[in-house]
Amino acid sequence: MHILTDMLSFAFIQRAFLVGIFVSLCSALLGVSLVLKRYSMIGDGLSHVSFGALSIALAFGWAPLKFSIPVVAIAAFFLLRITENAKVKSDAAIAAVSAASLAIGIIVTSLKTGINTDVASYMFGSILAMKQEDVVISILLSVVVLILFCFCYHKIFAITFDESFAKATGVHTSFYNTLIAILTAVTVVLGMRMMGALLISSLIIFPAMSSMRLFKRFSFVIISSGIIAIICFCAGMITSYQFDTPVGASIVIIYLAIFFLFCIIQKIKTICKKSAVNKK
Amino acid sequence: MTNQSELCFSHVTLGYESTVTTTNLTLSIHSGDYICVVGENGSGKSTFIKSILGILKPLQGEIIRKGEWKQNNSIGYLPQQTPAQRDFPASVQEIVCSGFLNQMGFRPFYKKQEKEKALENMIKLGIENLRNRCYRELSGGQQQRVLLARALCAAQKLLILDEPTTGLDSNSSDELYNILNNLNDKEQITIIMVTHDTERAVQYAKQVLHLKHNGYFFGSSSEYQKNFKK
Repeated sequence: MHILTDMLSFAFIQRAFLVGIFVSLCSALLGVSLVLKRYSMIGDGLSHVSFGALSIALAFGWAPLKFSIPVVAIAAFFLLRITENAKVKSDAAIAAVSAASLAIGIIVTSLKTGINTDVASYMFGSILAMKQEDVVISILLSVVVLILFCFCYHKIFAITFDESFAKATGVHTSFYNTLIAILTAVTVVLGMRMMGALLISSLIIFPAMSSMRLFKRFSFVIISSGIIAIICFCAGMITSYQFDTPVGASIVIIYLAIFFLFCIIQKIKTICKKSAVNKK
Repeated sequence: MTNQSELCFSHVTLGYESTVTTTNLTLSIHSGDYICVVGENGSGKSTFIKSILGILKPLQGEIIRKGEWKQNNSIGYLPQQTPAQRDFPASVQEIVCSGFLNQMGFRPFYKKQEKEKALENMIKLGIENLRNRCYRELSGGQQQRVLLARALCAAQKLLILDEPTTGLDSNSSDELYNILNNLNDKEQITIIMVTHDTERAVQYAKQVLHLKHNGYFFGSSSEYQKNFKK
């Protein structure tokens, strides 16, 4: 408790907590759908695009969030389209796009400013990167993402579970797929500054993966992912403050621990079930 | 007139991209029919279904829907299973209820009547005791019945099934055919089913549509058995 009050006395840590909780929640919710649709790598690809966009914005002195959110949203839209028409294999497309945008980002920064701390913070994440204005934008956008997600929850479920059925019964699947892509793009850009381009996809993948070990209902998986995301984020922040480790990396390690914990619980549960059946 | 709903194909050519699968198809499907669509791989069975669902436009000709089948949400569809579904964490109830989506518009929650209707359909197919179970833990036959219940929620009168018996053992296949027969007999539900399991499906169906690369056969099941079985 003492550590927490200590931490919250810093304004920049307060900001980081606020933004981090919202962004973790958004990415966990969207992550369930992405993981189940086999789109886990899209989060990773988008973070690299986002890195490219942010370094261009930085080099030319544009507002980073306002520039990169539209760019990443467009990239997300096209990556999903590619996945749909299957002429180019989507994993290859994602790998190509992410490498290319990383390359563009690196060239632009080395020509303009050189690899400085700002760029490094986009790579590995830094809570110091959060400025007052970013906090306002981040929270507003996160709230929009959360509201849209709740509002379209059943449709997202149907599209995730069975796209051809949804399409046949008249749900506008491409509209909702685009919506998911754009929401993911926004979340990735927002989360990247804290987690870093290299680690942001863990926010999307880990909560869903862990929850799916234990829960058998879509609604429970969603709720549990949200809770895991918030707990792991806070735990990661505290660890990072206490042991002086980078925030992003600490959060990922906590996620990994939770994942193993859930795996063990699952194992124990199946063993118990088996022995119960044997007794009968 | 009892047979008001109709689905008419007039001189329809079907295909996708540069491939033409079926040419000059003319037939009409009436309510109460039970049609089994057979044919080799690549003969255009899936294309035929997609054209009924309105996902694929015919290259030539016209597909006309009359009566109750005019609206797009009057068709219940049972697609082939995807690999992603096999480890999907969802309860049976969640899946069955998702059949109502097309009637929801922008309403974000299910109505009470819809939940009751879903339960009714589950009872009809004998899966009400599974409703809190997880989909991935069910057997193949049970999974198909769940998807069938969902299709019934989406539409009361017309069901389209895409290879429903793939991966089922012969007992569960028979069970599924019996359920379909019941729905067709007692509830007057029209059924259009694509299948590889020609021999058995033909015995249950009333009509057969056999798609071939150079034409098609459409007629009653007994006629089909006479002509094609020696």
